[in-house]
Amino acid sequence: MPGLGTSFGRGGATTFQQDLQNSDCIVIMGSNMAENHPVGFQWVMEARERGAKVIHVDPRFTRTSAMATKHVGIRAGSDIAFLGGIANYILQNDLYFREYVEKYTNAPVIIDSAFADTEDLDGLFSGWDPEEGEYDVESWMYEGMELHGAAGQREEGFDATKGEASGHGGHGGGLHHGEPPAEDASMQHPRCVLQLLKKHYARYTPEFVADTCGCSKDDFVEVCETLSANSGRERTSAFCYAVGWTQHTVGVQMIRSAAVVQQLLGNIGRPGGGIMALRGHASIQGSTDIPTLYNILPGYLPMPHTEKYGDLDTYIDANTSPTGWWGHFRAYFVSLMKAYFGENANAGNDFLFELLPRIDDDNSVYWTVEQMLEGNVKGYIVAGENPAVGHANGKAHRLGLAKLDWLVVRDVVEIESASFWYDSPEVESGELEPEAIATEVFFLPAATHTEKDGSFTNTQRLLQWHWQAVEPKEDCRSELWFYFHLGRLIKQKLENSEEERDKLIRALRWEYPTHSQTQEPAAEAVLQEINGWEIESGKFLSGYPELKDDGSTLCGCWIYCGCFADGVNQTARRKPHWEQDSYVAPEWAWAWPANRRIIYNRASADPDGNPWSERKRYVWWDGEEGKWTGVDVPDFDETKEPHYVPPEDAKAEEAVAGDHPFIMQADGRAWLYVPQGLEDGPLPTHYEPHESPFDNPLYSQRANPRRQQNKDLAEDPYNPVADEPGSEIYPYVVTTYRLTEHHTAGGMTRTVPYLAELQPEMFCEVHPDLAREVGLEHGGWATIYTSRSAIEARVLVTDRIRPLRMNGREVHQVGLPYHWGRRGLVSGDSANDLAHMALDPNVHIQEVKAFTCGIRPGRRPRGPELPRFVAELRDQAHSRREQKPRVEPEEARKT
Amino acid sequence: MALSRLLASWPALRQLREGDPLGLGKAVQSPRSKHLVPRLDEAEHVVESICPYCAVGCGQLVYVKDGDVTHIEGDPASPISRGRLCPKGQASKSYVQSPLREYKVKYRRPYGTRWEELSLDDAMEMIAERVIRTRAETWRKQTEDGAPANRTMAIGNLGGATLDNEENYLIKKLMTALGIVQVENQARI
Amino acid sequence: MSAPDGLATYGDEQQERVGFFTDTSVCIGCKACEVACKEWNLIPEDGRVWTGDSYDNTGELSANTWRHVAFIEQDKPIYGNGDGGTGLRWLMESDVCKHCTHAACLDVCPTGSLFRTEYGTVVVQQDICNGCGYCVPACPFGVLDKRHLAPAPDLPAFAKEDGRVWKCTLCYDRLKGGHEPACAKACPTKSIQFGPLDELRERADARLAKLDADGWNGAQLYGRDPDDGVGGFGAFFLLLDDPEVYGLPPDPVVTTRDLPEMWKNMLVAAGTLLAGVTALTLLGGRR
Repeated sequence: MPGLGTSFGRGGATTFQQDLQNSDCIVIMGSNMAENHPVGFQWVMEARERGAKVIHVDPRFTRTSAMATKHVGIRAGSDIAFLGGIANYILQNDLYFREYVEKYTNAPVIIDSAFADTEDLDGLFSGWDPEEGEYDVESWMYEGMELHGAAGQREEGFDATKGEASGHGGHGGGLHHGEPPAEDASMQHPRCVLQLLKKHYARYTPEFVADTCGCSKDDFVEVCETLSANSGRERTSAFCYAVGWTQHTVGVQMIRSAAVVQQLLGNIGRPGGGIMALRGHASIQGSTDIPTLYNILPGYLPMPHTEKYGDLDTYIDANTSPTGWWGHFRAYFVSLMKAYFGENANAGNDFLFELLPRIDDDNSVYWTVEQMLEGNVKGYIVAGENPAVGHANGKAHRLGLAKLDWLVVRDVVEIESASFWYDSPEVESGELEPEAIATEVFFLPAATHTEKDGSFTNTQRLLQWHWQAVEPKEDCRSELWFYFHLGRLIKQKLENSEEERDKLIRALRWEYPTHSQTQEPAAEAVLQEINGWEIESGKFLSGYPELKDDGSTLCGCWIYCGCFADGVNQTARRKPHWEQDSYVAPEWAWAWPANRRIIYNRASADPDGNPWSERKRYVWWDGEEGKWTGVDVPDFDETKEPHYVPPEDAKAEEAVAGDHPFIMQADGRAWLYVPQGLEDGPLPTHYEPHESPFDNPLYSQRANPRRQQNKDLAEDPYNPVADEPGSEIYPYVVTTYRLTEHHTAGGMTRTVPYLAELQPEMFCEVHPDLAREVGLEHGGWATIYTSRSAIEARVLVTDRIRPLRMNGREVHQVGLPYHWGRRGLVSGDSANDLAHMALDPNVHIQEVKAFTCGIRPGRRPRGPELPRFVAELRDQAHSRREQKPRVEPEEARKT
Repeated sequence: MALSRLLASWPALRQLREGDPLGLGKAVQSPRSKHLVPRLDEAEHVVESICPYCAVGCGQLVYVKDGDVTHIEGDPASPISRGRLCPKGQASKSYVQSPLREYKVKYRRPYGTRWEELSLDDAMEMIAERVIRTRAETWRKQTEDGAPANRTMAIGNLGGATLDNEENYLIKKLMTALGIVQVENQARI
Repeated sequence: MSAPDGLATYGDEQQERVGFFTDTSVCIGCKACEVACKEWNLIPEDGRVWTGDSYDNTGELSANTWRHVAFIEQDKPIYGNGDGGTGLRWLMESDVCKHCTHAACLDVCPTGSLFRTEYGTVVVQQDICNGCGYCVPACPFGVLDKRHLAPAPDLPAFAKEDGRVWKCTLCYDRLKGGHEPACAKACPTKSIQFGPLDELRERADARLAKLDADGWNGAQLYGRDPDDGVGGFGAFFLLLDDPEVYGLPPDPVVTTRDLPEMWKNMLVAAGTLLAGVTALTLLGGRR
């Protein structure tokens, strides 16, 4: 996640779930942890039992709120206003942890004089290019420093890297500098980060927060006071978030806001502190580390880009930071190429760099769907994901699938993405007819976790091995089997090809031992390759410092290097916690990086290397032994003294000072202000959601100017917003979510009898006032509609979704779980059919946590009546809008 | 003997014999109750596993008998979960044995109106051929602007967050070598 | 403290009386207990009916739901002094068979199917139950219920559906193997605690004292008192409001309070009739 990556250096949770027990205050926001991570929530309850405050800030009163010592209801999508308000409160009242902020963050760093804030430019940062609709980030830089990707290269046509394509896929950015940045340790300089922050958030007063978020001023101040009182030398507070933050057009900046607050309070890298990213799939962290993502290679190495990088050296240079651990980029990349292509990749042929495929700025899944709709995508393989239900604007996805030549769906059950051609809302409405769909569909049954070996990386960066318990039955196979044999067949068929395009696949190292009757590849052999070895000796590597840039080591994912150290599957370690010395339990499985459980833990000691307090002791400098020690693996060069000052010519990690704990960052500091690596600004700013009933109270710039929109895509129309005529047709804020009893798109739970019965039907949650206003009956049916579609749901009238008063107006919110689809033991309409595909610009994530809708009593129209109903309302709304169209400022500035 | 055993099992008699005149306890304990053995203790293997649902990463123990999973419950040894599971994790056995689980390949031909049977081997051959064909037909060495591309934009791969690291690794490795760049997963959802 | 009826009959085989302490102040309403119970005991599903009653779709304890989580939405603050924000609270409580010290179900069961185990728990023996249903109205909590389902072929033979009565066994089989009951083991927040009843009662007293000291609104123990109408529960609760709020009887009384005397009289008569046969069998047994 670039929110965490650009702030601290690594895109993973900074702490681990068990450590939450040490928190004095836990703020859960953008997460419904008790419902969606119930077992992890035990550690929050442990903290609460020890007297910690548990604060839940959320639009709904959920099972998490019920357990919290304090719940504050806010309008969906207003989180940055709330968090910015906390930052302002801390700054205005001098509640920040001064020594931590001064030494460990970039608060003292002076920013280029060309930088202009949103407060100066009415909601835009300096560098906005209205034609391109994006920022030139040069003015955001530290004073006296150049952008990564030096000027000379830019003249040659190589752009500065931004967003996920830079900063190593959301990891800490590389600053191109050899000198230390210009600083003012007193943090008084008007252009130092601390002062910029003060200015940026000055208007985020408690009154502003109350008006924008719809909470009471008192509740807000109580949160600020509680959080500040429980941070500092003696006390620590933690934040927990989940997709309630990520799924917004400002998702990355919401997480950044928490990063700002936690840096100001000095809570990163310390026990009981941190930011706990709660992820929703068994290995969603793993599938980002070892990505099945378009823009990165394993270990957050950027994919080569059609325009940004030329040859190998340019690519390496553009991604190598002179300081910090990204200084060894070449070693990471070359070792990966050796893992991919073996002896076929060597220094003589630039490790086959020239043959690697190139990406464009956005080849993410929503872009692919657009391409499908345009007929440009012919084949699609879907393995363990259900876009027909789980993705925003499900209809667009289903219509896209119907335009493919061929589709492979691999799953345990026949999910909606496999059955779209004969069982979907579009078949029901007549928009799709099976006889007219050319898509050839292969459904291949998958093996489950009990039927294969392998490792998951959990939400705290922990790789945990699961062993095969039984053989998969009949045609069921693991993905390992499928992709291995698919690759084997393809390689076989292309063995003698002379085509240029087949060179790379022919060069692919693709030999893994297989076992059992099914010829299942050995998952451990793959893990060994991920860990890597020294090529000549075959000796397994014990960590990424051993990687070489000359092709003498092989490693499939540098950050996972060490997971098979000493030839032992470290991820399969299961020493019971009661046999381990501390609650950190380092001998249970293996965490990246280097088995560290709290990262940046050098920050748990003061600049001199002593614990900030006895109570919050974790990692410290042992002067006698001359090394860092503690209950965790120190996230620092073990023998680097606290007062180490790098010599002038120092490179890579050597250039990070002894009192700079954020070793992945080029300057060793946490970034309050992100000069490089984000598309939409160095500081989080409150913008309204893409679809919202309100104007932005701060600026005429209403929503994130950099958000990705599909203005020309007929399948993804938008509701009129704010004061636009027509917005009254969609007056309510809708938010989607999960329930404890189900999992995501439901493929793994609607199909399980004991779970299906616990939440058997799609429902909507509304307040009694809204029910009265539109005539909804508890237990009856409601039709919820947007410009995209309409769905029906049973009505659950509850006080748990309160109307909020703000800006002199009362706003109702509609809550929608999104687990249902047409298949399974229990079925129902899909909430995601209502959502649009406007995206966060950094990570291309959809905004399903806050958009607008209308609601009326009764079931939705059936058959062809359904699209007609949706279109009539939409046409009405859009024609009203046409009478007085709102021009977004981001466009109005076009020359 | 037979008669005495029969009589001995007569509750009223046992009630007297066993000092349970009201027939509330031991006297009425059936042989099945007396000799109950928990399924856990009848397992042939216990396999260490991890819950497949969310990313908390709870430890699971999978109990196996006669080649089938007989029970799944939490692994107390895990420092994260301490043996506990949520309703989803606790339903893992029902998930892997779902009544809706598919065990055979299904094939739908273009414009078809029903699923057809297909062998796994044939399916694999057909998929491999389609990847090769589509890729050959849509290969782009360069972009329209003449920048290097080395790719096909006509094939995509979706999914990964529910899969193992090793599986994700093979997917990205294979797709990259094939010039398929539209590789995506649930990190976007 | 009154001993559970029938426990003394085990002599040397008698075990320490065990039970549940369900502390609703930490219940997150996840329903892991419901599922864990069903998974372990291979219980048929209980119907896929959306009730609209908050997040409760299983409704009540029944032959096919042996743990049931109740959800009560209240406009009351968590703390007596009004702290805790919105003034809203959402009570969740995992209900279960109470395993009463004086259990009426056991008294009325004519077949000896319902019995007191060596752990002091109350269990229906499925190999004996004939589905007469006498126990159903006898339970002051409505726990006992007859199963009415079409036969499910994938269930083991002993679980055949035939109108018998089913309820929580406190995982009798697991206890025999030295394992904790499935629901208590699964519970993510240890709202459900399993252990020797004496210990649980001590723990509960301490817990109540802490909640009172912290100003929790309405905290009270339910079924902890050995002197109540059923002699105390083997599975008792810490509630955050009066029992009625959770659909529990405020003052449960063993419905067969006067029955033991009657049974004793009957048994004396039966004993006289059978004296001869008894002597013979006892001799036979010794041979």
